[in-house]
Amino acid sequence: MGNGTELGRVRGLGSSKHGSSHWFQQRLTAGANIGLMLWLVVSVARLPAYDYVTMVTWLSSAWAAIPMILLIVSVFWHFKLGLTVLIEDYLHDETRVIGTVALNFFTVATAAIALFAILRIAFAGVPA
Amino acid sequence: MTVSILHRATGDGMATVGTLLLVWWLAALSGGPAAYASFQSWFTTQPGDLNIVGYVVGIGMTLSFFQHLMSGIRHLVLDTGAGYELKRNRIFATLTMVVSLTLTILFWAYMIGGKTHG
Repeated sequence: MGNGTELGRVRGLGSSKHGSSHWFQQRLTAGANIGLMLWLVVSVARLPAYDYVTMVTWLSSAWAAIPMILLIVSVFWHFKLGLTVLIEDYLHDETRVIGTVALNFFTVATAAIALFAILRIAFAGVPA
Repeated sequence: MTVSILHRATGDGMATVGTLLLVWWLAALSGGPAAYASFQSWFTTQPGDLNIVGYVVGIGMTLSFFQHLMSGIRHLVLDTGAGYELKRNRIFATLTMVVSLTLTILFWAYMIGGKTHG
């Protein structure tokens, strides 16, 4: 570990001072995920069928679209934090930088696709 | 030890495979009836029941979710400083697996048996 000098910090040794923020956001999203994921599992289980019209009718309602948007934000932020720890534990050289950049791109890209899909269904409404 | 490894394995599994499945499902649904039918054809038989892939993915994802949920709740309890006595710690660790397996069985019993009768 670093000895706390300026040079040590420049070399990436010692605390980055962001540890407690990561810890808090991990727990915050964990708590939100409990409610949001249980909502999703129960809602999907209680649907009468899983054909296209039933699914679109369900997801185009504000009562489903809004929790689903919140779920995407909370769950995706949570898994981004979790996979960051995985990368930090197992990758130690340049691959750590590549892995971290790839993880950020993966999270933002998949979240964008998911959010766009939900909004498109919600705003287009139920097909006639 | 085992439960800690399971927490990471289920979490990272859902973060990668689960994320792609969720995004694929939402994108297919927003793409229209043809796109959704193509998505469904991977996991269902022609009459609309789950095929082997559907069951493996569905049971795998629900078991991962319930295990991660239970070991996650265990971590939140441990965060408060409680539950570190050896015996109690071991009981809670075992309970996460018993409860997650039970919830998975109950979930699929409802999906397969409960709905058709109710």
